[in-house]
Amino acid sequence: MARKRVGVLALQGDFEAHARALERAGAEAVEVRTAGELDDVDGLVIPGGESSTMLKLLDQEELMEPLREFGRHKPIFGTCAGAILLAREVTNPPQASLGLMDIEVERNAYGRQLASRIARIDAPELDGGELEAVFIRAPIIRRVGSAAHVLAAYRGDPVLVEQGHHMAATFHPELSADSRVHRRFLAKMEKDAVDAGSVCLHR
Amino acid sequence: MYLDETFRLKVGLAEMLKGGVIMDVTNAEQAVIAEKAGASAVMALERVPADIRKEGGVARMAPISKIREIMKTVSIPVMAKARIGHFSEARVLEALEVDYIDESEVLTPADEEHHIDKREFKVPFVCGARNLGEALRRIAEGAAMIRTKGEAGSGNIVEAVRHIRTIVKEMKQLTVLGKEELVHEAKKLQAPLELVEWVAANGKLPVPNFSAGGIATPADVALVMQLGAEAVFVGSGIFKSSDPEARAKAIVKAATYYKDPAKLLEASEGLGMGMPGLDISQLSESELLQTRGW
Repeated sequence: MARKRVGVLALQGDFEAHARALERAGAEAVEVRTAGELDDVDGLVIPGGESSTMLKLLDQEELMEPLREFGRHKPIFGTCAGAILLAREVTNPPQASLGLMDIEVERNAYGRQLASRIARIDAPELDGGELEAVFIRAPIIRRVGSAAHVLAAYRGDPVLVEQGHHMAATFHPELSADSRVHRRFLAKMEKDAVDAGSVCLHR
Repeated sequence: MYLDETFRLKVGLAEMLKGGVIMDVTNAEQAVIAEKAGASAVMALERVPADIRKEGGVARMAPISKIREIMKTVSIPVMAKARIGHFSEARVLEALEVDYIDESEVLTPADEEHHIDKREFKVPFVCGARNLGEALRRIAEGAAMIRTKGEAGSGNIVEAVRHIRTIVKEMKQLTVLGKEELVHEAKKLQAPLELVEWVAANGKLPVPNFSAGGIATPADVALVMQLGAEAVFVGSGIFKSSDPEARAKAIVKAATYYKDPAKLLEASEGLGMGMPGLDISQLSESELLQTRGW
């Protein structure tokens, strides 16, 4: 199996931690800051950070459409701010998003930094038992559309969701030593050649 | 010690702020300007450093009503400054639930020997440093993020450059030393051996390393980031310039595209006048903020 080349959107946030996590999971990670750099990668990670900051830069640098187009054909994995950007609907406060996944996400839904936490969650479809989930000023997925599938939940709320070749986590697998979540994302790049047509919910 | 969950969460938020700009604001209106420009966090304080410098007097933690108003207004993280050694101000800020506390030399120190024991807090702290020894002492006390001190309120980048270059150089030097030499270095740096050994093995700080103190232009941002800073704090540089909205936006862009000269050119155009600057060599020792902290 050829080593996958995965982009990490490096506008702002913990892109470096994701690059390290991708390398640990067996991929080659490259930083992406322009539309042209999307041409050379098999998939893309949108990291944690401030979604409002990323959104400003995506807008200003005219990256929204290129990212939506990329998402039509190739897998995207968003964590925390990245999950917010992938969502169809964002609240607290409402803001624009890529709309590539049929989920509704509430920003900072647990509260401020003092409510950040590390939890152990069940993820039955990821073999190997409990998963460590690092939540930092995390959002909550308030609604999951029929096309999306919940892989893990914490206190009754979905925290890891997939839809076609896209994945979203409200926690930060890149800050844990466990590579299972990143490996699951890499596996989507293998599958990608077969089922290129996932549902696109772009508004 | 450095792997316990509370510390990981503190460092985790600092990781999320990388590649971004933390802007000093004194009220909700400025916080909105900062957020709209793409700031990844704001720092609430009573007066920006340039005004503290001009007006003198004792600089304390910002009024609670101001911090609360800023926290209510923006959705990005809100930091606030406490005086060096003033653990009681820090407890108040923690009870207020700010997202980060800056134990800052910009305010008038409350204790001339001791910094706050930051390990005792659940809220994360950032501290300033001019060299590796100072950075490691702060980390040993529990700081989860380090920033260069630079010379706040000066609009002059020279001190921030000196400090980031010093820290990076001192880290590089450790990587080539043997074990017994590291013991001697730890003594010279006045820092715990455990941390000195960690830096020697990894060539970087165990917590994110940001830059502050004198940043006034997009090119200043790109300079310190190319020298090794992972994000920047901008104080007076934005709200003491002639067009804060435009400059704030340009500085955010520079933090992302710091390696891309064409994008930096775009960011540097049409910004109006930068803040008036100070020649550091014309300042007397007592006017320097960077020498506060031990």
